[in-house]
Amino acid sequence: MSATTHHTIVNLPDQSTAELPKRNYLNNEHGLLSWLLTGDHKRIGILYLISITFFFFLGGAFAGLIRLELLTPQPDLVASDTYNKFFTMHGLIMIFLFLVPSVPATIGNFLIPIMIGAKDLAFPKINLLSWYLYLGGALFTLIALVQGGVDTGWTFTTPLSTHYLNTHVITAATGVFIVGFSSIFTGLNFIVTIHRMRAPGMTWFRMPLFVWSNYAASILMVLGTPVLAITIVLVALERTLGIGVFDPTKGGDPLLFQHLFWFYSHPAVYIMILPGMGVISEVISTFSRKRVFGYTAVAFSSVAIALFGFFVWAHHMFIMGVSNYSALVFSLLTMLVAVPSAIKVFNWAFTLQKGSITFETPMLYAFAFIGLFTIGGLTGVFLGSLGMDIHLTETYFIVAHFHYVMVGGMLMAFLAGIHFWWPKMTGRMYPESVSKLSAVVSFIGFNLTFMPQFILGYLGMPRRYHAYPAEYQVLNVLSTAGATVLGVGFLMPLIYLAWSLKYGAIAGNNPWQATGLEWQIQSPPLTENFIEVPIVDHEAYDYEWLEHKTANEVTTVG
Amino acid sequence: MDNAIATHPHEHAEHHEHVALPQHRHHFETEQQQREAGSFGMWLFLLTEIMFFGGMFFAYLLYRNWYNPAFVAASNQLNVKEGAINTVILIASGFFMALGVWAAEVRKQKLLVIFLVLTTIFGFAFLGVKADEYHEKYEKHHIPGASFDIREFVNPPIDAKTGQPDQKPMSPDMAQKTQLFFFLYFAMTGMHAFHMILGLGILFWLIWRANRGEFSAGYVAPIENFGLYWHFVDIVWLFLFPLLYLINRHPLK
Repeated sequence: MSATTHHTIVNLPDQSTAELPKRNYLNNEHGLLSWLLTGDHKRIGILYLISITFFFFLGGAFAGLIRLELLTPQPDLVASDTYNKFFTMHGLIMIFLFLVPSVPATIGNFLIPIMIGAKDLAFPKINLLSWYLYLGGALFTLIALVQGGVDTGWTFTTPLSTHYLNTHVITAATGVFIVGFSSIFTGLNFIVTIHRMRAPGMTWFRMPLFVWSNYAASILMVLGTPVLAITIVLVALERTLGIGVFDPTKGGDPLLFQHLFWFYSHPAVYIMILPGMGVISEVISTFSRKRVFGYTAVAFSSVAIALFGFFVWAHHMFIMGVSNYSALVFSLLTMLVAVPSAIKVFNWAFTLQKGSITFETPMLYAFAFIGLFTIGGLTGVFLGSLGMDIHLTETYFIVAHFHYVMVGGMLMAFLAGIHFWWPKMTGRMYPESVSKLSAVVSFIGFNLTFMPQFILGYLGMPRRYHAYPAEYQVLNVLSTAGATVLGVGFLMPLIYLAWSLKYGAIAGNNPWQATGLEWQIQSPPLTENFIEVPIVDHEAYDYEWLEHKTANEVTTVG
Repeated sequence: MDNAIATHPHEHAEHHEHVALPQHRHHFETEQQQREAGSFGMWLFLLTEIMFFGGMFFAYLLYRNWYNPAFVAASNQLNVKEGAINTVILIASGFFMALGVWAAEVRKQKLLVIFLVLTTIFGFAFLGVKADEYHEKYEKHHIPGASFDIREFVNPPIDAKTGQPDQKPMSPDMAQKTQLFFFLYFAMTGMHAFHMILGLGILFWLIWRANRGEFSAGYVAPIENFGLYWHFVDIVWLFLFPLLYLINRHPLK
């Protein structure tokens, strides 16, 4: 049977007869305690989803205040140190409390065990512990905020953070330290689960690419985060006891801090983006009804990104007095990371070629991802080249670059994933037309916000200032207007997804006719995921297998 | 616990062959899988610990290269004898831990408890010697901070026999850098001692459980995994001792 003869695309069960499964992970146990003490990876995923959504909108509020201040050239909304606190809190919250856990801890937690045919992650209690650590770290961050904020920037750069600031650096740093352990435990759990818990027949090269990309991200979490932890301990000691390890007056080297910090924080951007790339692979394949082109290349490119990601950190320090030779090497290595990223983009494009493409909401978000991530990635190559970097670094070009990757890339991927797996998580469909509208609104709003910032940066507007020359105002007004549109685009899903929990159409097991193991079980799944251990005898994304399976399936109603 | 049926393993042997131990958890297919997952997880955790200590080793490497004379002079102020004794104590502790793992595997309950108690005693002995060393640093004003004193490095005391200073005097500028050495000394050995204190806490818990016979029926994963942790802490010391105490004690002096 040829791969092009697909007729049913979205296969919702008959609405008059379909009903939610009587027993599932949501109604298996009741009461608040059954959630707070759960070991079920699906429930922990939902707990994470609720928490990171809260912090996303908190961080977003700070972004809104930043854009409001930048509406006019004069510093008229807040004082300069308040502005510093705004962008610091925006960065801290968005990076450590939203982006790092976004896809792995929510969608990954929910799906990785199901995708590989396991009943749970290897260490359910450690999984729950990681959520509590996240909450503990978040609490410290909130305490720092309530006490009056912190204004180091999210990077805690020394000697600014250790010698010159009077704000709540230690409190915020403690928060980051604790959240770091939450991330380590998630990564550790994923690696052990993927190595040891796969169902019979689920070989490494039969795993969905989402699992591969989370595996790569987990390696980065496990190897990188401890270095951040010790760096933060050293900053705290330097600040409280004056130990001198980063203090030039005592022989210490502030650049050492930069090396240690970026040794984690550069791989951290791959922790943030890799799971998103996994989501995109799943979505693109499902809505083109084709196996992902170059499956092996895409799988290995995730690992390659993780590997190369550890050897590029000094490109954050080109203007900080590192030696020319090391700058040259790090510039070259930075260019090399672009290769596996490009492999992914090209393979997604070839997956689309001659596929039976439909444009459901997750697919729209995925398209947004591909375009915006490519822009973000290519401007990263600009910044990786030494000459350009000296002109562009510390300007709005940098800001635009990483927002294209992190918001245009990761956030779009996160929303693609949330829409794609919403039927599986809740058993109900989101409203399709309004969600398509929200995808388009976010896309337009995003470009309106950040495209002008590329130009601003190229023209020389420095980042982290709350006042600017009057000739930059037009572009800044455009950017602030875009931020408003973007805000609407992000608020819409919050509303209609909440609405769909009660009023959404009942989804059925496999509304997208996707091939992953998670789509072959009921939605929402049982607490133990599978009634019996699945035996995997087909490749990932095998649509012919799915067709035969559905053809031979006996449908029972009631 | 999920072990209601597990207390009668033989009745269910045909259907539930893998539910032989009360500690077997539902989501693992077999005990073998559970045990492997546990020890793999422990190894990964140790990997994160290596990266954690790695940050400090990196700082040590950098400053040792920059301020080698200061590091050598400061290193000479450490108490090599106590450090060496501590190394032996810690290896002994690790030895009894290894015997403890063996005792658990051959299901000898009393022996296991004895070995774990010996491990604990040697652990405390290590911390005691360490505390004495810290006290010595306090008396010699070698604790970084306001009371830190560099006089000893700028004007070394005269050796009564030779009439010469017992080491080469340093410029005050370089002598100031000894503070960095002592900071790294306290940070690294302190972090190591912190790991030992955590380990000793866990040891008490394990001894209590071992005494109840929990590890004498074939379920040895906690003992094995703790053993890995304890040996890791040993190995960190085996790197710290030469790097901090023995910098200048090589034949090419």
